[in-house]
This record gives sequence, C-alpha cells and structure tokens, in this order.
Amino acid sequence: MQASERHQRYWRSNLRMTGVLLVIWFVATFVVSWFARELQTLTVLGFPFSFFMAAQGALLIYLLLVGYYAWRMGKLDKRYGVGEDA
Amino acid sequence: MSGQSQFTSQLKRYYSLYTGGVIGFIVLLSILEQMGVPNQTLGYIFLGVTVSLYAGIGILSKTSDVSEYYVAGRRIPALFNGMATAADWMSAASFIGLAGTLYISGYDGLAFVMGWTGGYCLVALFLAPYLRKFGQYTVPDFLGARYGGDGPRMIGVFAAILCSFTYVIAQIYGLGLIVSRFTGLDFGVGVFVGLGSILFCSFLGGMRAVTWTQVSQYVILIVAYMIPVIWLSVKHTGNPVPQIAYGYVLEQVTAREQVLNDAQTPEGAREAEVRAILKQRQSESEAKLRALAAGGEDYLAAERAQLEAKVAALIGRQAGDDEIAGAQLALVEFPADVVAARNLWRAEVETNRLKSSPIPAHAEPYAGPDDETRDNKRKNFLALVFCLMVGTAALPHILMRFYTTTSVKEARLSVFWSLLFISLLYLTAPALAVLAKYDVYTLLVGSSFSELPSWVSAWASVDKALMNVSDINKDGIVQLAEVTIGGDLIVLATPEIAGLPYVVTALVAAGGLAAALSTADGLMLTIANALSHDVYYKMIDPKAPTGRRLAISKGLLLVVAVCAAYVTSLKPGDILFMVGAAFSLAGSAFFPALVLGIFWKRANKIGAIAGMISGLSVCMIYMYITYPFFGVNTPLWWDINPISAGIFGIPVGFVGVIIGSVLSRPPAAKVQALVDYVRYPNMAGDESRGVS
Repeated sequence: MQASERHQRYWRSNLRMTGVLLVIWFVATFVVSWFARELQTLTVLGFPFSFFMAAQGALLIYLLLVGYYAWRMGKLDKRYGVGEDA
Repeated sequence: MSGQSQFTSQLKRYYSLYTGGVIGFIVLLSILEQMGVPNQTLGYIFLGVTVSLYAGIGILSKTSDVSEYYVAGRRIPALFNGMATAADWMSAASFIGLAGTLYISGYDGLAFVMGWTGGYCLVALFLAPYLRKFGQYTVPDFLGARYGGDGPRMIGVFAAILCSFTYVIAQIYGLGLIVSRFTGLDFGVGVFVGLGSILFCSFLGGMRAVTWTQVSQYVILIVAYMIPVIWLSVKHTGNPVPQIAYGYVLEQVTAREQVLNDAQTPEGAREAEVRAILKQRQSESEAKLRALAAGGEDYLAAERAQLEAKVAALIGRQAGDDEIAGAQLALVEFPADVVAARNLWRAEVETNRLKSSPIPAHAEPYAGPDDETRDNKRKNFLALVFCLMVGTAALPHILMRFYTTTSVKEARLSVFWSLLFISLLYLTAPALAVLAKYDVYTLLVGSSFSELPSWVSAWASVDKALMNVSDINKDGIVQLAEVTIGGDLIVLATPEIAGLPYVVTALVAAGGLAAALSTADGLMLTIANALSHDVYYKMIDPKAPTGRRLAISKGLLLVVAVCAAYVTSLKPGDILFMVGAAFSLAGSAFFPALVLGIFWKRANKIGAIAGMISGLSVCMIYMYITYPFFGVNTPLWWDINPISAGIFGIPVGFVGVIIGSVLSRPPAAKVQALVDYVRYPNMAGDESRGVS
C-alpha cells in the first residue's frame, strides 16, 4: 500500500516537529554546557545558572519536549486521519 | 477498549493498595524497632519480605503464552509501563552511585544526570512510537525485518548480548554488595540470593512477570530514596521539597568552601596545615617510587630489612605495646613485590595529591588550574553526555519495554511517564549530594575527635574506603582534609546522617536492592530472548512449537544467570566504567541502524551490516587500547576518556550505514512498504499484515 498525499503531509509535519524539538534538545544540553563557565555568574532561584540547567532545567525541558511531542502527535494523528482509532 | 480501561483502573486500585501496604509495613517495622527488635533482625525482615514479594508477583504472573511471555500481552497502560521502564532503567549505579558521584565531582558529575534523562528525548522522537507500530518482540527482530536476512539480526543479537551482559554484571555486583552488607551474608551468597529472586520473577512469567514486579520495585525504590532526603531538607531548610530548597544550601556550601580554602581564617589555616602534611606524604611516596624505579627488588628488600630491624629494636628496648604493634603492622602491610609496591605508592601519591589540593567548588563547571585542564574537562563532559544519551536510546532492554503498550499513542505517552518517574530520582540526587555535603562541611568539620557522630565510626568500621577520619595534624579537631568519604556511602548513610531510625536505613537497602533487581531482571530477559527468539526460533527452527520456544527461553535464562554470577564472582573492574561502556557499545551498534532504518528508506542490508560492524568495532577497539585494565595504554584520541568511546563509534556507525547503502542497490519495495507501515500509526491495509 502506497502512502497517500495525506500520509506524506503527516510525515512532513512530523519531521518538522521532530527537527524543531531536536534543536531545542541540542541547545538545552550541549550549547548551554559548552558555555557553562561563562554562564555560572547568572543566578536562578539561588542556583548558579549553569548548575541549575544541568541539575534541573535541562530535565524539565526534556519532560516538556517529550510531553509536547506525545500531545502534538496525537493531534496530528487525528487531523490527518492516521490515528489508531481513526 | 472498555476492557482496557477497566484493566487500568483495576491496576490503579491494586497498586494504590500496594503503596499503602508498603507504607504500613514501614510504620509497623518502626514500631517493632521502638519495641527493641535488634537492627540485624529488622534488616533480615525487610530484605526477606521484599524479595519474597517480588517472587510472589512472579509466581502469580506465570504464563505460557508467547505474547504474554515476550511483550506482556501488549496491554500495559502507559502510566504503568512508565513506572516499569523507570525501574528497569534505574540501576544500582543510579540509586547508590549517582549521589556519591555528584558529592565527589560536583558539577562535572551532572553529565550522568543529563545523559541518563536526555536520552529519552531521542527514544521519544526517533524510536518508541515506530518500534511499537512495528510490533514484534525484540530489537534484533526489527533489524531482521527491516534489513532482511540473518546478517543484521545476528549482529544485533551479538551487540544486544554484549552490552546487556556488561551491564548485568554491574547490577549483580551491586546486589551482592547490598545483601552482604545488610545481612552479614558472604558476598557470594548474597549474589546467589539476589539471583534466585530474579529468576523467580522472569523465569515463570517472562515480560509479564517482570513488568509487574518492576512496577512494585519502582514504588519501593522511590519511597526509599525520597524519605531521607526530604527529612534532611526539612532539617536544614524547613522546606520539605529538597529540589527547591537546596539552592539555599548550595550557597552555604559555597561560602563554606571559600572559608576552608582561605588560609587567613582560623579554620582555613588548620586545613592548610593538614594539606601541608599530606603534600609532604605525597613527596615521600614519590621519592619511594623513584627509588623503586632505580633500585627495584634490592631497594624493596633493603626497606623491608629496615622495618624488621625497627621491630626488633623496639622489642629489644621493651617499648610500649602500641609502638611495637604499629611497627609490626607496617611490616605486615609492606608490599610483597615490585608490582604491588609500585601500585600501592602510586595510589598513595594520587590520594595525597587530591587531598592536599584546595577544595574544588561544588557548583563550578570544569574546575581546573589552567585553561587546558578546563577545556579537557568540558570536552569529556560533553562527550560523556552524548554517549549516555545515545546509549539510552539504544539499550535493548529499554526499547523492548515500548513493545508492551497497547498502541502507538500509548507508547509516546509512556516515554513521558518514564521520564517523569526517572526524573523524580534524578532531580533529587543532586539535592542529596549538596545536603550531605552541607552536613559534612558544617557538622563534621570542626567537631572534636572525641565526640564524632556515631555514623562516622559505624561506617569506618565497615570499610575504610567508604569512611575514614584520622587526626593528621594531631589537634583533636576534624579538618576536611582529614576526612575520606567514598561515593557509595552517601546514599547508604544518609538516614544515619539525618538521624533517622534504623528502619529507614533498612528501607534504603531494600530500595537499592529493588533498583539492582529490576534492572537485572530486564537485562537477563533481553539476553535470553535474543537467544531463544532471534537465534533459535527465527534462525534455527522457525517451525518450533510455542511450548518448546518458551522452554528454551527459560532454560537459557538459567544459563545466562549462572554465567553472569560466575563472571561477577571474579570481581572485574570498576562498576561505573562497565555501565558507561555498555552505553557506548549499545549506542555505536544500534542507534545508527535503528534510526536510519526508520527515517531513511534508502538504508539497506549492506549499509546496516557495515554501519553496525564498523561502529561497534571502533568503539570496542578504542576501549581496548585505552582502558588501563587491558594494559595496552595507547595515548587517548583528542583526550577523550575510554568511557566515551561511543563519541567515535556512533558517527562511524552512521557513516557506515550511509556509505554501505549508497554503494549497493536500494532495498526491495516490500521493505519500503514496511518503513511506511512503521511511520504511520494507522494506514489502510495495515490489517492485512496481520500484526496484532
């Protein structure tokens, strides 16, 4: 069975979102850690910023990312009619 | 669908009751403790009850249905799969080792926190939903179906066994350590007791039993981890949410570090005094090493003769018993040969060098004396984070869990729940490290040697490597440089540091046991399934009846368990390295072939074989030539530590898949249709494939 136009549009939206979320993941993890020494003078909730990011901030961002992906993909499934209950 | 929601609400009821039961049990035991039941007995009751509980769940979930055995019937709700994944994921290294690593290395240890959580973003975005849609039983299954032929499947089986086995050894080692420390049983007996209960769970009921025990193990491990930390947090800050409260404590710790590092303050001056003595010891050991290099065996013999003469002289002039005993001890502990002497003195130089340098700031990233050291640390930090993340998204025992949900949608949600349940512990570990440090820096340092807290002497008597305090400058007051704390102590001793009753200590031990058991369960099942399903059923005898397939899987489980116990009893290497190695290996072998298999239709069999073999080989070779244990000791490539070998293996794997695929024919239309099949949760024509 060949993927229809509708399916291809669904896949493209999926790829776009995956790409955007991956960029956020990369920045939160690697870019912030790369500049950790420069960022440590900033303070968040009493923590030095780079320590806060590595110990908590990044984890919360990951959770949001994964949660948003699950929620958004559920919507896309419905919109393009490729969901399991469609 | 209503059957499923009824099942879910039933599960919620059972596990709420269970959690209540666990709390009731803890309360009951603390009442027993107040009534004067000895600690040893409490420890036995705790371990006995929890282990038999897991075995009981294993017996209740016994099954002889293939789908139930391999993927728990694919009806695990997202929430519960999340808990099971979290328990599967968090091993003895996370539970016991992580807070200790953070205590010792401060910011730089956070590579583990980020690496072991951020990997779930990759699982969610690249793998979980697609593997669930594919809907078979193992990770090599996917490689076999996507790339065709036995080649990719076989390499997959080899890699799955290699990394799972490396990882399971580390778990069983932790298991033996906990059981022997808290019950007084011998290490070997501890290993077998733990192993017996693992077998009970997975032997009878496969994935189904493992899932339900893992959920109950998660409850115990998270309760055990949280109680002492919350208590410490209330004690120091009055705030019961340690994750928020420790920012304030971190400030105090940083202020304290500055005082202790400043020789102008009275306390700093005393620290400096101790450090000077340690520096002196370091140069003495260095001198001995130089003499040894020059004189070899002769030097050693001369030194030994000197010690013997000293003992004889002391006895001759009837010196005090203490003095004689001290000299005799020095003689007994004197290294037997040149190799032992070299190792001993090198270790002395290293410990004294570390202890005589100023205290590194806890929150400072990549601390070091010069730019080169700092850049080096940063490079290794990022490389380690990368390897741990990609490895997370490639470890077969984790990916396998996403086959067990009811649907693609549930698989996506289940990654979210997994990460949430994992983050509970990972957000707490850095808080625990800081709170424990605060206690040591303020309460222990500056206290008098005559009235040390009781936990110090208790742990010092267990193992000198975990806890050791000696009055180096003979001023009767504890200085930080006089304290040696092993990383593993932090979690295990927190209840005592916080002044909690013994029940909590036993609870923490039970939590550590749950963490080690749940991970070991998942890993052993992965190994046995790879052998029974992928090798036996898919490659040797595709017509095998279900009864025989399951019998073989169960038999292999026993064999794997015995092998693992045997290898563990040899006590190979360092746990953290083995765990890290498993991640680099898994990442290099699986990640490129799995991800490109889903996202790039052009990827084909030749590419997969090329990518998996080249990635895995580069990773293994780098570890072999650089990790000191193997004795080759080639200089590092770009100063990357062997634990992060995946930083080379993973890109090589990607390049291998791409080059191999481009140079050979595109995959057949049937394979391209399979890729479409996994990409869309539902597509007209899916039913005809008959995948349930």
